[in-house]
Amino acid sequence: MRKTAMVLIMAAALALAACGGKPKVQNDGSTGESVGANGGASTSGLEGDAGSVGGSGSGASGPPGQLGSQRIIYFEFDSSDIRSEFVDVIAAHGRYLAGNASIRVRLEGHSDERGTREYNIGLAERRSQAVKRALMLQGVQESQVATVSYGEERPAVAGSDEAAYSKNRRVEIVYIN
Amino acid sequence: MHPRKFYPALLALLAVLGAPRAFAELQIDITKGVTDPIPIAVVQFARAVPADGGLDVAAVVQRDLESSGRFKGMQRRDMLSQPTRAGEVQTADWRTARNDFIVVGRVSAPSANELVIDFDLMNLLTGQTLLSQNVRVVPNSLRYGAHRVADIIYERITGTRGAFATRIMYVSVDGAPPKQNYQLLVADSDGENMRRVLQSDRPIMSPAWSPDGQWFAYVSFEQDISSVWLQNARTAERRRISARAGVNGSPSFSPDGKKIALTLSGSSGNLDIYMLDLASQQLTRVTDDPAIDTEATWSPDGKYLYFMSDRGGAPQIYRAEARERGPAKRITFNVGQAMRPRLSPDGTQLLMITREGGGDKVAVMDLANNQTRTLTRGSLDESPSFAPNGAQIIYAGRDRGLGALATVSIDGQVTLRLKSDQGEVRDPVWGPFGN
Repeated sequence: MRKTAMVLIMAAALALAACGGKPKVQNDGSTGESVGANGGASTSGLEGDAGSVGGSGSGASGPPGQLGSQRIIYFEFDSSDIRSEFVDVIAAHGRYLAGNASIRVRLEGHSDERGTREYNIGLAERRSQAVKRALMLQGVQESQVATVSYGEERPAVAGSDEAAYSKNRRVEIVYIN
Repeated sequence: MHPRKFYPALLALLAVLGAPRAFAELQIDITKGVTDPIPIAVVQFARAVPADGGLDVAAVVQRDLESSGRFKGMQRRDMLSQPTRAGEVQTADWRTARNDFIVVGRVSAPSANELVIDFDLMNLLTGQTLLSQNVRVVPNSLRYGAHRVADIIYERITGTRGAFATRIMYVSVDGAPPKQNYQLLVADSDGENMRRVLQSDRPIMSPAWSPDGQWFAYVSFEQDISSVWLQNARTAERRRISARAGVNGSPSFSPDGKKIALTLSGSSGNLDIYMLDLASQQLTRVTDDPAIDTEATWSPDGKYLYFMSDRGGAPQIYRAEARERGPAKRITFNVGQAMRPRLSPDGTQLLMITREGGGDKVAVMDLANNQTRTLTRGSLDESPSFAPNGAQIIYAGRDRGLGALATVSIDGQVTLRLKSDQGEVRDPVWGPFGN
């Protein structure tokens, strides 16, 4: 047991050495409560990039027009096939990105709640990859596209019926810049 | 795929232990017990005022024993005397009140930095004193000491090691989608003493304990990427161990605590199982298959990784040798879908989620003869995890549409719901002995 702790401490030390610098605190500097002698650290932070909170589909960039304003692609149960009604939407984003090589998108994949959490991470990643391939068919560079899979962890709507599930099985196209 | 150099956010953000209890604690509610629980009288212990902080040690012990479903405690109001030592017990009286066993004890504070619980366990049928023991703790750990007393009594009577003095970790979620608040919480095995160890407005999932309980790992989506973190349970110091392109998920500590198995997808989006050596940061690819391979867990001897894969079409459980592209073989055949494997502490039973005709349920398979028993009756049960004594399983189910935690005994006889008074709770994992 002690050995484990030692190994981890050594690993941390190695990591510090490898970094060759001060530990980077990726906090935005917001205050935290201090926790006393046997506690440590603080209770705030972890907000990620505040600028992108709820930012799905609301970025400044993106293709003009009705197709370009659609930024959510929906899927069938347990499927990562692109439905025919979304082919033109993805193509519009693809043409825009292909013509603007400095612009990048993040594809956020989601599933409904059926199936285990980890399997749903895999399923939602498959959906993002399907959208990514469709974008690349329009000439988008792979470096313009990042994927993140939230599985069932970040539903669009609450509920355990098909009405909710159909809104939760989705890929959101988020313009990063 | 380039393993990105991680940066240790030592002493970063969040944390933690000792934070005020702003959130719901779990409440135990026995939904199903054994038919003939053992009757036991746990008499109020002599107190150490004010050093004991007002904690009713006997009440904690009694609640622990009853929560196993195997004991029925005598009501205090029915007790005619309050002995605190074996010598004071009039065995005939307690036997007449239909008790098989009695526990008496006293708390004392021999110094400013120590509390001692002395206790005696008597068999009322024979008049024999089975145990006369003490548990010593630092002053703010008296509740832990009470759980230790319950462990010792439980083991003496049932022959199985008690797991009351252990902790559980789980995720709570509140707020309406799409803006939800996620917290990683640690509580005693009875749901009390809950502390928040992490909070985020992005999902937190897949918590896992190190074998010594000093560290835990989890997946966080802070900064809009998935990443695997290690956090020290006591100091809240944490560091990021994987934030590669695509999926970084499903961490699981090796039995020796030196490696973590995890799921990575790279930018191609193909989920496979890898092992990360914590000291050297060396990454070893264990599976290489276009299917979804995930949910890796170690055999207790560290030689194999059990995992879920849909390489055969439907999700099933496979086992690979824990080495570079270790050969894999399929383990589950007789269920429609099998997912989320976990092994019993002795390695003989495989816990999983099965799907037959709709619902997801917790099932256990005897690895010696492949016989599978379904343990739960929910429709969306998930994330089962063994108590370290192998006697009970904690899992997440649904209660009126919301995620709730429950435990079930390995024989399926005793079910407990752990109620939370607000928000959803999910992704529970039972910690090891001795922390």
